[in-house]
Amino acid sequence: MKNLSSRVNSTSPLDLDWLGHVRVNRSAIERRCSSLAGRRTVKKEWQAAWLLRAMTCIDLTTLDGADTVGNVQRLCAKARMPLRSDIATALSATDLKVGAVCVYPALVTHAVSALEGSDIPVASVAAGFPDGLTPLQTRIDEVRGAHEAGATEIDIVIRRGLALTEDWTRLYDEICAFREAAGDAHLKTILGTGNLASFSNIAKASLVAMMAGADFIKTSTGKEGVNANLPVSLVMLRAIRDFYNTTGTRVGFKPAGGIRKSKDAIAYLVLIQEELGKDWLSSQFFRLGASGLLGDISRQLEFFLTGEYSASHRHAIG
Amino acid sequence: MSRVRELFETMEYGPAPEDASLAKQWIDSYDGSFGHWIDGQRSQAGQHFDSINPATGKKLAAIGQGLDSDINAAVSAARNALKPWQELGSNGRARCLYGLARQVQKHARMLAVLETLDNGKPLRETRDVDVPLVARHFYHHAGWASVLDSEMPNTSAYGVIGQIIPWNFPLLMLAWKVAPALAAGNTVVLKPAEDTSLSALYFAELTQNAGLPSGVFNLVTGAGETGRTLASHSDVDKIAFTGSTQVGREIRRLTAGTDKGLTLELGGKSPFLVFADADVDSAIEGVVDGIWFNQGQVCCAGSRLLVQESISEAFLSKLKQRMKTLRVGNPLDKTTDMGAIVSQDQLKNIQSYIDGAKNEGASCWHPDTPLPESGWYFHPTLVTDVFPAHTIMTEEVFGPVLAAMTFRTHKEAIEIANNTRYGLAASIWSENVNLSLDVASKLKAGVVWINSTNEFDAASGFGGYRESGFGREGGREGLWAYRKSLLDIPPDDQSPASAVAPAVPNPTSALDKTSKLYIGGRQVRPDSGYSRAVAAFDGSLIGMVGEGNRKDIRNAVEAAHSASKWGSASAHHRAQVLYFLAENLEVRSDEFSQRLEMLTGANGDLQVKESINRLFFYAGWCDKYEGAVHQPPLGRVVFAVPEPVGVMGLICPERDSLLGLISLIAPAIALGNTVITIPSESGALVATDFYQILETSDIPEGVVNIITGSRPNLASELARHNDVDGLWCAGHRAMTTEVERLSVGNLKQTWALSGDRNWLDSNVGQGIEFLRRATQVKNVWVPYGE
Repeated sequence: MKNLSSRVNSTSPLDLDWLGHVRVNRSAIERRCSSLAGRRTVKKEWQAAWLLRAMTCIDLTTLDGADTVGNVQRLCAKARMPLRSDIATALSATDLKVGAVCVYPALVTHAVSALEGSDIPVASVAAGFPDGLTPLQTRIDEVRGAHEAGATEIDIVIRRGLALTEDWTRLYDEICAFREAAGDAHLKTILGTGNLASFSNIAKASLVAMMAGADFIKTSTGKEGVNANLPVSLVMLRAIRDFYNTTGTRVGFKPAGGIRKSKDAIAYLVLIQEELGKDWLSSQFFRLGASGLLGDISRQLEFFLTGEYSASHRHAIG
Repeated sequence: MSRVRELFETMEYGPAPEDASLAKQWIDSYDGSFGHWIDGQRSQAGQHFDSINPATGKKLAAIGQGLDSDINAAVSAARNALKPWQELGSNGRARCLYGLARQVQKHARMLAVLETLDNGKPLRETRDVDVPLVARHFYHHAGWASVLDSEMPNTSAYGVIGQIIPWNFPLLMLAWKVAPALAAGNTVVLKPAEDTSLSALYFAELTQNAGLPSGVFNLVTGAGETGRTLASHSDVDKIAFTGSTQVGREIRRLTAGTDKGLTLELGGKSPFLVFADADVDSAIEGVVDGIWFNQGQVCCAGSRLLVQESISEAFLSKLKQRMKTLRVGNPLDKTTDMGAIVSQDQLKNIQSYIDGAKNEGASCWHPDTPLPESGWYFHPTLVTDVFPAHTIMTEEVFGPVLAAMTFRTHKEAIEIANNTRYGLAASIWSENVNLSLDVASKLKAGVVWINSTNEFDAASGFGGYRESGFGREGGREGLWAYRKSLLDIPPDDQSPASAVAPAVPNPTSALDKTSKLYIGGRQVRPDSGYSRAVAAFDGSLIGMVGEGNRKDIRNAVEAAHSASKWGSASAHHRAQVLYFLAENLEVRSDEFSQRLEMLTGANGDLQVKESINRLFFYAGWCDKYEGAVHQPPLGRVVFAVPEPVGVMGLICPERDSLLGLISLIAPAIALGNTVITIPSESGALVATDFYQILETSDIPEGVVNIITGSRPNLASELARHNDVDGLWCAGHRAMTTEVERLSVGNLKQTWALSGDRNWLDSNVGQGIEFLRRATQVKNVWVPYGE
């Protein structure tokens, strides 16, 4: 299984007229999300398969002020062996890895060496994470620096104030600058949806990010008051679909923050399957920004194999 | 490679079937053969027919065929139970209804599975929609039982209610019927649809668990003949029916002249309007919920898609993509979006509509979704290249078939949307609140969903305009269907003694005067060219009035329609006009008083005075008879707006010629109706004198039209006119029976009321019941959130 961390999108012109036509109805979005939960489900082998799929889409993440080389190495070891070996063997999944390891820029080189030879990409947050309020040049330099340090995926944050004031031209210019600084790295653009005013604002910011060349759009830094949820994801997925229908370019989607349960992961996979289709259901176009989720998936898979409920301490921590 | 790893590559959903074994065990506990439920116990059926599982085409159970003797036994049990049920008091009845709600919740999954087995609809719907709404309906009405005495004063229960329900929401329709009927203090005989009796039979057991006294709820299963017996049973006080417009007409005929209450919830061809500024993706999900919910077998299904021309192409292309992800198959599977069609006959009906549409030049498209090999399934289908002239755009298919066309402007959207004989529901999709509320106010539909569709709640009324029926289910207006106002005095058995034929012209008449008719604000000669004499109390001729006929009625109805702006005039304005009428009548009260004395031989002062009071009474009500705002679960608000019925015929009482006329005209026009009034025959000159009051009181032309002549003849003409929306007939039973029988053409709302009541007594001559009968409630659902 090859992890694709290369660019898929390129910069296209800013289309303000398109933004002007964006309409999002919150209550209808919420209704779709709540009814979908009852419309689709996966059981037994299918559920195990979908959980394996979710596992391969995880960006195993540590973004903490207390991060050290040591805990990043621990995380990288977990990324290489996400499942206990007996479980992996029973499921013929020994070759499966997580989507990437995601760290702060200062720890990129350590993560790169810890993952050497594994094909697992290192993602770095950048551009003034989490608030995006350092000087523009500093943010651009940070993106370039993270790429040069070996990150093949860069998770940038947008400056939310530009979206709140609908200064789309400046937002577009800034993301274009990050795109350029990231070189051939895979650019994920974090919208910080918990800070954005409305669903239509989120839809417009999604389109601007894609026009500016983002390979992925991502919900949250994990530091906002409200992290990823299904309604916000639906708004972003529909923007991705419209962008694809118009330009022919597939942009990926990454919900992040607060996704801890297997059930949640499956809900995201279902939403993507229903709204975008199977083509988006791989780590190339879908990532889950999470740290605790892998533990829950491991427990569920053990339960699937043995019929007995598992416990956290039976699986290695990351 | 493990199976899991293979599935990891394909990412299919896999099967997720619900276990139906407990439901099958319950059927087996009856040895697969059911009877009725009468007087709190199982009752054997003499004959049976098969109930089929539409998902497999195989027999599920044998259902009892209700015979006359079964209906008699059930009605008699309901009659006997009535007194103890009412003596139980509001709290006692509330406890029973609360118990029923609890029972439904405790047996929720069993009911959901049974319903899916019997009807073929997806378990997802029975589990997530039908059964929760059923429980909510009983809870809500437990509350109504508690507050009934204070909230609905001067009303009484009807008595024994006969209820006939359809197969598309078997248990939910049972709840919509049974909960309000019991809360209002009635007892019930229910006949479920022949295709779907099982959930009702299970519910019968729950009534026992809930402690419902014997005989309060009775169930007789069977086909159309059983329903006919129930509808025509002489000891049933009211019939409530949900089903096809065709059967609704038959029931209207059967019950004509019987004093039975009647509410009908019938078919629809509801428009689904998408404006260019809509959230298109959400509107597409709306279409899915609007037409593919319950395989489209929904009376309020959004079966006519009207999309603004500028976005139509993009919209339909997205819609087709969405249709490809609909999963059709085993309804017990939790990932099934569309299950089976209820019966083979229904499947054939749907197919014949598709064949017909193709013959008329339509294009029919459906996704390649595989259908199960056995059972009765139909693809979700999109019909394009269709126009209002096509059958598929006008007739109810009752299947998963969406007919789509475009409109240019919002005005045209309203015109096309209202271009239908039905008027049940409508959906409007636009992000512009001005536009959507304007369209909502102009659509002829009982339920309007803005940026949503197929939303239901026990507190919000549901029911139609036009040929979609009359009466509401749910909320306060729904409860009215099961409470009778004390003002609702049935028509008089005896025809009043016919007026003495005038023989001798009165020699003292100074100048010969023949009154004309009053149509469109002008006095016009009757089309017939004939006049009729009006006699004084002593038999002498005192004047001539026009002999109105069918063409005069036609002209008056046209005039009344042209005056429809009256309905959207402000209530304050209408009040001012009514006050002005009172003022002008008072100025000429001596003249009217003398005229009444001449006609009746009795002093007319009191009648004139009371007529002025009555105008004041209804003028005062104009801006106070208002709607309600409901707040159903989830972030939405529902405006329940009383709208005028429209063009109404008013057959005035024979007695109290002035006051009787005012007592019908005033409430009708106070709430925005325009009227064609047929005055008292013996007192016709009072009505013709009244023309001048109308002319001087700023009543817009066409709002009040008056046709003199034979009341029974003119009443029949009004009843047969398909552009008259409502008809009040204050007269004797022979006339009201004919009016009810003839009203089936457009299923206009009729009210047969006693004309011989003492109109001078304000306790029976005026009241809110007149206002309620002059309106129909439109519920507008407005979700919000940014």
